[in-house]
Amino acid sequence: MNEINITDILLVSTALFFVGVYGFFTRRNMITMLMSVELILNSVNINFVAFNKYLFPQNLDGIFFTIFIITIAAAEAAVAIAIIINMYRSHHSVDVEDATDLKY
Amino acid sequence: MLNDFFLLMKQELVLLLIIVLLLIIKVGKDWSNETMLNLINGLLLLNVISGFVMPVEGNLFGDMFKTNALISLEKSILNIGVLIISMQSYSWLKTHKHLSEFFILMLSTLLGMFYMISSGNLLMFYIGLELSSIPLAAMANFDLEKRKSSEAAFKFIISSAFSSGMLLFGISLIYGSTGSISFAEITNHISNEPLHIFAFVMLLAGFAFKISAVPFHLWTADVYEGAPVAVTSYLSVISKGAVLFVFVSVLYTVFKPIAEIWYNMLFILAVITILIGNLFAIRQNNFKRFLAFSSIAQVGFILVGITGSSQMGSASVVYFVLIYIFSNLGAFGVISLVSALTGKENISDYKSFYKTNPLLSWVLTIALFSLAGVPPTAGFFGKFFLLISGASQGNYILISIAALNMVISFYYYLRIVKAIFMDPNEQPIEKLSIPLISKLALFICLAGIVVLGLWSSVYECIYNLSSGF
Repeated sequence: MNEINITDILLVSTALFFVGVYGFFTRRNMITMLMSVELILNSVNINFVAFNKYLFPQNLDGIFFTIFIITIAAAEAAVAIAIIINMYRSHHSVDVEDATDLKY
Repeated sequence: MLNDFFLLMKQELVLLLIIVLLLIIKVGKDWSNETMLNLINGLLLLNVISGFVMPVEGNLFGDMFKTNALISLEKSILNIGVLIISMQSYSWLKTHKHLSEFFILMLSTLLGMFYMISSGNLLMFYIGLELSSIPLAAMANFDLEKRKSSEAAFKFIISSAFSSGMLLFGISLIYGSTGSISFAEITNHISNEPLHIFAFVMLLAGFAFKISAVPFHLWTADVYEGAPVAVTSYLSVISKGAVLFVFVSVLYTVFKPIAEIWYNMLFILAVITILIGNLFAIRQNNFKRFLAFSSIAQVGFILVGITGSSQMGSASVVYFVLIYIFSNLGAFGVISLVSALTGKENISDYKSFYKTNPLLSWVLTIALFSLAGVPPTAGFFGKFFLLISGASQGNYILISIAALNMVISFYYYLRIVKAIFMDPNEQPIEKLSIPLISKLALFICLAGIVVLGLWSSVYECIYNLSSGF
C-alpha cells in the first residue's frame, strides 16, 4: 500500500482551516460559530500530527502540542457554552443577529 | 535544584498560593464581603512586595520557563495594576454575591500572563495565553443578569477563540518548517521564505487581536462597554500590557532574522491603529467606549515604539505600560466609582462634575492629561520615549503621523475636561461618598502619574534591565 503524501494531508488540513473560517463568518447561530472555531483548531491538530510523523519523527513536540490543544479547546468550549446559555436566558435566542445591544 | 525551582518561580507560586487560599476560604468560611476584600487587598499587597525580593535569573524545565530581572519587573508592574484594580472595585464588589470567584478568576488570568511572559517555548506561550483569556471571558459576564454583560462576554470569547485559532495555525506552520517549538531553536531557522512569512503573518494577526490593533480591533469597544468596569480596566491595562511584553520579546528575539519584513507590517499597523482609534474616539458618548478607542490609539503609539527594535524599543514599551497603568486606572477608578454608585456611564452625565465632586474631577483631569501627553505628567515622557525609539529607524513619515495624531487626541481628551469644568448641567452627578480604600487607590495613581514624570531614574533603570535585546 502506498504511503499518503504529506502534501495531501496538508491540503486537507488547510481546506479544513478555511472551511472553519468560512463557517465562522457566515453562520448566525452561536453554537455553530463555536463549532467552526473547533474546525480551525482541528485543522491545526492535523497539521501538528502530520508534521511530527513525516518530518520530525525523532521527537514528540507536535503530538504533545496536539494533546494540549484538544484539552484547551474543551475548556474554551465549556466556558463559551456557559456564556451562551446565560445569554439564552436574557435574549431567548442563540442567534447573533439578536445580540444587538452593543453597537458602534 | 529545588531551591532554584522555588526562587525562579516565586511570583507564580505566591499567586498560586493566594488562589488556593481563596478557594479554601470560599469552601470553608462564610466571611462578610468587607473582611474578604480587606484580606484580599492585603494578600495582593504581599504579592506585589514578594515580586521585588531576591530577583534571580535562570531557566527551568528544559528552557520552557525563563526568568530574569526585566521579566520579574514586568510581572511586578502587572501585580501593581491588579492591586490598584482590586482596591478600586471595592464599592462594586462590597455587595456582590460572588466575590471570591471574581478574584479567583482574575488571579488565574494573571497566572496565565506570568507564564506567558516567562515562556521560552511556543507550547508554554500558548497555554499561558489561553489561561489568560478564557477566565477573562467568564469575568466579562460577571454581571450575570445584565444583557450587555453576556453579549460582551460572548463577543470576547468567540473572537479570542478565533484569534487563537489563527495564532495556532501560524505556530503549526512554524513547527513544520523549523522542526522545533523552542524559541531559541526557531530563531536559527527563520529566514525570509514565503512559508515563514505566512506563518509570521498568522502569528501577528493573533497578537494583534489580543492587543486590539486596528484591523482586529472590532471586539474591543463592545466588550469594554458591556463588561463590568473593574473587568474593563483589567482588560485595557493588564491583559493588554502582558501581551505587549511578550510581543516585544518574541519580535526582538525569535523573529530577529526577518526584522526588515515585520518593520513594514508594524509601520502600516501603527499608522492605521492610531488614526482609526483617534477618529472613532471623537464620536463616542459612552465613557467606557471612549476609553476603549483611546486605548486603541495608545496601542498604536506603542507599536511605533516597538518598530525601534532595540534596547530602547523594549525599554520605552515597558516604561509606557507602567505609566499607562497608572493613568488609565486613574480614569477608570473615577468611572468605576460613579458607575457603581449612580449607574451613569455617559460623557454627558459628567457635565458640571467639578461642582459636586472636586476631588474626583481633578483625578480624572490629571489622568486624562497624562493619557493625552501633557508635559508635566508622566504620559508625555512615555510617548516621548516611544517616538524617539521609533525615530531611531529613520522613518520620519511614521513619526510625523504619530505626532500629528497626538494633536488630534488632545481634542477629545480636552472635550471631556471641558465638560467636567465648564459645561452647565441642571442635574449633575450628586456628591459621592468615596470609600477610604478607593481614595487610596486614586492617590496611588496620581502619585504614579506625577512621580514617574519627574523622576527620570525609573526609565534609566528599565533601560539598563532591557540590555538583553
